[in-house]
Amino acid sequence: MRKDRRNFLKKLGVASLFGIGSAGALDQYFKKTVYAELFKEDGLKENTTRWGMVIDMTKCEEGCTACIDACHFQHNVPEISGKKEEVKWIWKEAYKNAFPSKSHPFTKEETQKDPVLTLCNHCKNPPCVRVCPTKATFKREDGIVMMDFHRCIGCRFCMAGCPYGSRSFNFKDPRPFIKKINPDFPTREKGVVEKCNFCAERLAKGQAPACQSACNNRSIVFGNLGDPNSEIRRVLMTQNTLQRKTELGTDPSVFYIF
Amino acid sequence: MIEKAFVGNRNYWVWIFFLLILITVGFVSYMIQLDIGLSVTGMSRDVTWGVYIAQFTFLVGVAASAVMLVIPYYLHNYKKFGKIVILGEFLAVSAVLMCMLFVFVDMGKPMRVLNVILYPTPNSILFWDMTVLSGYLVLNVLCGWVVLSAEHKGVQPPKWIKPFIYLSIPWAVSIHTVTAFLYAGLPGRHLWLTAILAPRFLASAFAAGPALLVLLSLLLKKLVGFDAGKEAIEKLTTIILYAAIINFFFVAMEFFTAFYSNIPGHEHGLAYLFFGLEGHHNLVPWMWFSLIIGIGSVVIFLIPKLRQNQSLLIVACLSIFLSLWIDKGIGLVLGGFVPSPLESVTEYSPSLIEILITLGIWAIGAFVLTVLYKIAISVKNQNT
Repeated sequence: MRKDRRNFLKKLGVASLFGIGSAGALDQYFKKTVYAELFKEDGLKENTTRWGMVIDMTKCEEGCTACIDACHFQHNVPEISGKKEEVKWIWKEAYKNAFPSKSHPFTKEETQKDPVLTLCNHCKNPPCVRVCPTKATFKREDGIVMMDFHRCIGCRFCMAGCPYGSRSFNFKDPRPFIKKINPDFPTREKGVVEKCNFCAERLAKGQAPACQSACNNRSIVFGNLGDPNSEIRRVLMTQNTLQRKTELGTDPSVFYIF
Repeated sequence: MIEKAFVGNRNYWVWIFFLLILITVGFVSYMIQLDIGLSVTGMSRDVTWGVYIAQFTFLVGVAASAVMLVIPYYLHNYKKFGKIVILGEFLAVSAVLMCMLFVFVDMGKPMRVLNVILYPTPNSILFWDMTVLSGYLVLNVLCGWVVLSAEHKGVQPPKWIKPFIYLSIPWAVSIHTVTAFLYAGLPGRHLWLTAILAPRFLASAFAAGPALLVLLSLLLKKLVGFDAGKEAIEKLTTIILYAAIINFFFVAMEFFTAFYSNIPGHEHGLAYLFFGLEGHHNLVPWMWFSLIIGIGSVVIFLIPKLRQNQSLLIVACLSIFLSLWIDKGIGLVLGGFVPSPLESVTEYSPSLIEILITLGIWAIGAFVLTVLYKIAISVKNQNT
């Protein structure tokens, strides 16, 4: 019995030596260059759904707020003045603020001047979901990062975790600040966090997100990143696009064209 | 033993009622916050955590520092700590209670607090923080109370308590490590995204906590004639000295990495705290004050002639405690939010209601501590 075990271990040792030699270490050693996979290719399998968005800032009209208005009406987002307690799902932000590491003094003038449309990135690796202590923020199978307003305890850990500033907190009762209530979508109470939901409620009915439908310049393309024949994939394949803060490993589902 | 908390001299009752008034004011302020929402605080969309979470972070350190008495006494059989180990454990109880209250008042929906237990989420560090903090509270109540009851009855503490005492040692380290992980694991918050955050937290905790204990011991000696012993105090100052030096060494490390690497994100947080950023410098005087009195106290602790002077020792302990309270209780938490993820600088200052609630919670901590110390000292005095 004891001998058997010893033999087995010996064989295992020898086998593993060869194993390492042929499959890994030696091979790697003789190759001249080894590239670290810093940014892995998207591991999406065929026929899976991952909703994504491309925002073409060359088509986005300066001063136009059609998409913002549509979204904020659709989702009963309160209009609270002042920076302290404002709630916003989609808004415009200066290029140097939205893309701090990509901005430089010689940036193209229009890019520098025209504010960028920003919203929740529905990251593939969302830090907000990672830190939420109650799963009130969670990622759906189709890639949408969603919130359960009834479970949120208002600890605001997700707001500290989000590297894009995409989340807002209801510091007070938001209802008096909703201009016109949309009865098709719930309002929130004080004390919970909220953010863009990629119009999950409209997608469920087969409709496009409110921001895309409201845009007259077709500067927003929305679709399934998992479908190689989708419009969004065609756009991504033919144009040069950027994601925000890729260096953080979050892998946003929102892409930009400048 | 609890009956000992119900007898005391006039000063004892004046102090108790003073604390009860502060607690009431804090409670009423909290009712206002509960009614209106966190709008009544100085927190904003950009600075989403303020003085509550900052106090929580600092007090976790005070709680963890009990281990600096438990290790020498129980592991190294350093008998001189015999009289004050209980003070450390009861300080931990009071500090952990305050931590929990500070997290509670920071919540937007406190009535849903049980969701953390109903939907346990192991990937969230907050879940683990809740777990280790409650565990630490139970451990310290248990160890402190059982050992004290044995003393009350004039018998040896039961053998079964030993494993719990030993368990409380790594547990103390865990509460501050996990608390550091709340911050150190967030992408895009450069001030916090540093591997030495947990070690730094521990170093500052092991300086601030024992400093508070020295102050409390000297106060008890003056007020009720409870003498912790000269040697115990001296040993504590040695602990404070080394922990404080390590803490400032870590702070220097942060400066080197941020400014020598010249990576803007890494520089911004520290730059905002110590030099101001884009015309915003609310915290600059605080941070320099903290640094100067901190280093000053290290000098006093370092030179035997100075630290043996009791008035200077008190100044040094007050200074290091205040210094680290500013560093961790203000700078670290607020600095992490500047600049915001969208590169804007929003400054924060607490509102009056926020300050009253904070004072109320500190008063609850002081109340619990007073009652526990009253019991402990009555028991200790009966035997001498």
